[in-house]
Amino acid sequence: MELLLAITIGVVVGSSVYLLLTREVLRVIVGSVLLGYGINLALFTSGGVKTAAPPILLADGSLPGPVMDPIPQALILTAIVIGLGVFALLLALGYRTFEEHSTTDVASLTGVEHE
Amino acid sequence: MNNLVAAPIVLPLATGAILILTRRLPVQRSLSLLSVALGVVVSLRLAAQVWTEGVQTLNLGDWPAPFGIVLVADLTSAAFVAATYVAALAVLLFAFHSLERAQEEHFYYPAFQYLLVGVNGSFLTGDIFNLFVFFELLLMSSYLLAALGGRRAQLRETLKYVLINNVVSGFFLLGVAGLYRTYGTLNMADLAVRIQTSDSGGWLSVIAVVFLVVFGLKAAMVPLHVWLPETYTAAPAAVVAFFAGVLSKVGVYALLRTYTLLFVEDVAFTHHWLLLPLALATMVVGIMGAVAQSDFKRILSYDIVSQIGYMLLGIAVFTPLSIAGTVIFVLHQMVVKTVLFLCAGAAERVTGTSHLQRIGGLMTTHGPLAVLYLMAGLALVGVPPMSGFFGKVALIRAALEAERFVSAAIAIVVSLGTLYAVIKIFRLGFWGEVLGDRRLNKDSREFRGMMAAIGGLVAVSALMGLGAQFILDYATAAAGQLLDGQAYIRAVLGAFDPASYGL
Repeated sequence: MELLLAITIGVVVGSSVYLLLTREVLRVIVGSVLLGYGINLALFTSGGVKTAAPPILLADGSLPGPVMDPIPQALILTAIVIGLGVFALLLALGYRTFEEHSTTDVASLTGVEHE
Repeated sequence: MNNLVAAPIVLPLATGAILILTRRLPVQRSLSLLSVALGVVVSLRLAAQVWTEGVQTLNLGDWPAPFGIVLVADLTSAAFVAATYVAALAVLLFAFHSLERAQEEHFYYPAFQYLLVGVNGSFLTGDIFNLFVFFELLLMSSYLLAALGGRRAQLRETLKYVLINNVVSGFFLLGVAGLYRTYGTLNMADLAVRIQTSDSGGWLSVIAVVFLVVFGLKAAMVPLHVWLPETYTAAPAAVVAFFAGVLSKVGVYALLRTYTLLFVEDVAFTHHWLLLPLALATMVVGIMGAVAQSDFKRILSYDIVSQIGYMLLGIAVFTPLSIAGTVIFVLHQMVVKTVLFLCAGAAERVTGTSHLQRIGGLMTTHGPLAVLYLMAGLALVGVPPMSGFFGKVALIRAALEAERFVSAAIAIVVSLGTLYAVIKIFRLGFWGEVLGDRRLNKDSREFRGMMAAIGGLVAVSALMGLGAQFILDYATAAAGQLLDGQAYIRAVLGAFDPASYGL
């Protein structure tokens, strides 16, 4: 299972690096967001992958046998929410930049003039 | 337990939430001013308490550390929060007189409050994942502020800024995942204990390098500095002054914290072999960029990079004196860099451009600005009695005592470069015959307001220089706390005994 996850993470991160290296603004944006998802998966594996009960106490206050570590899942949840916010902002910013510069080519967004 | 520790986070959070509800500018202005003025008082009170009573902590939600999130104020973080608030007060006063109405109306004040939440939270948190969340919070506000006004260049540079930071935030998470996988905890004090008591087999150094990339980018360490000059040149002055003074120091603080508390297993590799050359490169590349430019804001932006190098040098040399030097230097830069960018903003407001060849002769038409700029510039170079001198002396002396003669020599030469850059601005922008427009009269209300904000901060810098003995004592105690770590760990974990939890 861990091997399968590792391969998935590799594919996701590889795709995101490919997208990050293209010259289209939208693709770069999607690439940077995809990288976040790949890393979320990596964070998921940091708690260990196993079959176990959810970490909720039984009525008598005891644990239902071996339980999952809930921390990585809580961390991912936070990271996903933040990632969504940044994605929305990036899309809006990318669109406004396209409006002002009439281009989505990364190479033509260089330059140092400010007036 | 001390609820005061949460005040620098709760106060701007509540203010920001209220400010979003109203769009009436007088209300927004007076509420933000009230909140920030209150923040100055509260943060100074907190620093005084930490100074007399030792490290203060607060377990959020009353979950005992290391299970809940804990806020920790030690000497370093308390002083940084106080300096942040002092800089924020001046920036806010400056914003009243310099921002265009459209910029003010588009949520400048709420975003500024949330930026303060992120910055203060990063300084005060004792949990590495919580640090990530506060970093994201301050980045999100900084994205909004950097694009405020939406001019062509601003949008273009903000897009790059957001993309770079978004990728690096991913690396931050990766580092957190590595720490959790290796040590099973995210509480920094708990991590420090486990790092001392277990052998990671080199894994810790890998994580240390990941965090060096993350915090190095936020702090604009060479070769990760490329985003800074253009982003800072494009944004409005009332925004960029706070970015320059405070935001770039948050990365330095995070590096200072993690590289004294956590990543101390292999100092010869992480600090001396890796960080020291990077610090020297940061100084040299930054100052070369500054000397080559001829735009007020761009010279200062490259100069930020070079000054970051001094702070990293202190961390890399890793002796009590060098860490104390870094603490003094960060406090000094928070004040002085803010002032210099406020001067650039005032010059831009008066002349309509920040290009030095089109603003010449400001000393003839706007004398007070020239005087205040020169004082701030000399503070930056390190001319006594202004604040820059003592931090630099501590850093260079620490480098010499550690027998790092090349580093000390480079630090001195870069100082001369800084002097050249400061004088270049003065010669082109302030001296000589009057060039370009003057859109603002010397006696106008706006100009006087801006001068009041700048003058206040210059006075703070002079006070820091005149009270150097106290600052040095404080910073030495702060460095002792950082390097020892035991006071921090005891304050957070208290009587917590890992054995009782079957660990």
